Amino acid sequence: MKTIEDLKRMREQFQAENSIRQTGGIQVIVGMGTCGIAAGAREVMTAILGEIARRNLKNVTVRQTGCIGMCEQEVLVDVVRPGEPRITYGKVTVASVPKIIGEHVVNGRIIEDLVVGKIAD
Amino acid sequence: MQYIRAHVLICAGTGCTASGSKKLEAALHEELVKKGLDKEIKIVETGCHGFCEAGPLVIIYPEGTFYVRVKEEDVPELVESHLYKGRVVERLLYKEPVTHESVPNYNELGFYKKQRRMVLGNCGHINPEIIGDYIANGGYEALAKVLTSMSSGAVVNEIKQAGLRGRGGGGFPTGMKWEFTQKATGDKKYVVCNADEGDPGAFMDRSILEGDPHRVIEGMTVCGYAIGADEGYLYVRAEYPLAIKRLTIAIAQAEELGLLGENIFNSGFNFHLKIKEGAGAFVCGEETALLASIEGKRGMPRPRPPFPAISGLWGKPTNINNVETFANIPQIINNGAAWYAAIGTEKSKGTKVFALTGRINHTGLAEVPMGITMREIIFDIGGGIPDGKNFKAVQIGGPSGGCLPKELLDLPVDYDSLVQVGAMMGSGGLVVMDETTCMVDLAKFFLAFTQSESCGKCTPCREGTMRMLEILTRITDGEGKVGDIELLEELARNIKNTALCGLGQTAPNPVLSTLRYFRQEYETHINEKRCPAGVCSALTGYKITDKCIGCGLCKKTCPAEVISGELKGRHTIDQEKCIKCGDCAAKCPLKAIIKG
Repeated sequence: MKTIEDLKRMREQFQAENSIRQTGGIQVIVGMGTCGIAAGAREVMTAILGEIARRNLKNVTVRQTGCIGMCEQEVLVDVVRPGEPRITYGKVTVASVPKIIGEHVVNGRIIEDLVVGKIAD
Repeated sequence: MQYIRAHVLICAGTGCTASGSKKLEAALHEELVKKGLDKEIKIVETGCHGFCEAGPLVIIYPEGTFYVRVKEEDVPELVESHLYKGRVVERLLYKEPVTHESVPNYNELGFYKKQRRMVLGNCGHINPEIIGDYIANGGYEALAKVLTSMSSGAVVNEIKQAGLRGRGGGGFPTGMKWEFTQKATGDKKYVVCNADEGDPGAFMDRSILEGDPHRVIEGMTVCGYAIGADEGYLYVRAEYPLAIKRLTIAIAQAEELGLLGENIFNSGFNFHLKIKEGAGAFVCGEETALLASIEGKRGMPRPRPPFPAISGLWGKPTNINNVETFANIPQIINNGAAWYAAIGTEKSKGTKVFALTGRINHTGLAEVPMGITMREIIFDIGGGIPDGKNFKAVQIGGPSGGCLPKELLDLPVDYDSLVQVGAMMGSGGLVVMDETTCMVDLAKFFLAFTQSESCGKCTPCREGTMRMLEILTRITDGEGKVGDIELLEELARNIKNTALCGLGQTAPNPVLSTLRYFRQEYETHINEKRCPAGVCSALTGYKITDKCIGCGLCKKTCPAEVISGELKGRHTIDQEKCIKCGDCAAKCPLKAIIKG
């Protein structure tokens, strides 16, 4: 390392690795209640992690939540982009994960036919 | 590449390691592997959070949930519930002592609310064994800034303007010290970091070195540039193996990235760092003794002047500062002197780290702005005195400092106010005492410490502290004489005025300050042959009060068989033969046996 620019580059690189310890960014929230897990939430979660890694996305955190009562619609996955309403997708399968990540998380386009709820903040 | 969705920060400071954080980490790793989560969840070892009393501490991100006292057996639930299903494990959260409410998040804890964690900002939040974690938080930017855009004079000036004073004890202005060394003539100069933290109850330097070693390395390197030194020594006491290990790793990583070594940031500036382990002598915390020890000589102080700034290590100009002082440097360079000088009081700038120990609820490390009151530190941050006992005194500044009574709780804490009341900042150890502490016994403890650590070179310290200790021992043994207090004061004055180094000059402080604020207790020991706190065993007896119902339990328990009395009648203790073990008082079902 010989210049300030080298140091800055390194700083950015390490910040990205630790970004989940910062607040902010896009959140993807998987319903991991008993109902969700029974409907395959864990497999969906694994697929989401795989998709994020494949696309090398930064500034996205994956969280879990419990049952919100719409058990019939499980697996439920929420996407929250900063400043936008929380969008809940229902009956999410491993197959629909690339679409949710690609369309909504990356490009901000809500996939209307999968939406089962919207909560404005 | 695998996406990591959660970081589990486990405190691997000395406190949490002692309460089992290594075992916890191993158990967690095993459980994650078992559940197939080990690829998506990362375990991060961190340094000390300062909240040692509640360790082992665990923080889980992205939620930032703060768990306390996590044990191996909690691991399956933590993994299944929090890491798999995303449900907070309520029972492992910290609960505020007064409201009993769970506090899920770090920053909302009463312990942290009044703190201003700058020097400790990274401690507990980064992995001290990974240089990238430090760089991610702005590490080495101060070094880059001084090497590429500041003259050495400008650096010294910045530190002077900031008003930083030495955090090791005396509080000498750091910028002035740097200026002396910079202006000293010599072909070779040294930077030395004093990490021989030896005060009983002080552990802030250890925690900084263990939790954020690069901050100290960066501070020393900036100093090297400012004074024109190309070599530095970290003098670390051998009792700090973890600090030495982390520093060794940190130095190697900094060398690998070219942040230590030759031609740093293409500036032509070279700087090399070495670690020197101490060998267990308290006096080596004194700067001239420390330098002698690095040179391989016996660790004994020498008269000053010449000061190390003129003639230090191997006779060369040497700038010697404490760990916490160096740890303050990067933020001053990054944020500017004016920013730093706005924190604290008129003559004491910035923050100070205090180690809270003794009879206090939250044993640990607290970093507060200068000028905060002792009451805020002990009661708001420290959570007050346990077991419903009353505050009696706080010992500040280690064996060189003094004891402050409750009347001084609202004293704003800074260098000068403490000296005025007969104590000193010292390294920042705070030992809190409740009503069960005997102040004469306490003074004896500290004096016994300095007495045994006296190097023996000068007579006032070698002989004087010994005589003082003899008098104190006599008083606590119930053989105190009229005139002992005056003799103690005379000896103390003479030692203060004539001892060679700081250790001797300050050794009488614990006696003088307890005499100043708790003279009555000395007098009670001498005149009434009584220890009001019930600590000095020679002056403490057990009495059976009229609450006695004559059950005979005490009589059966007494190992010396000196309790007599009829069944259902009041019993008595033969004071002459009583060995004062206290077994009878512990056994009595009616608490009819009292000490005093």
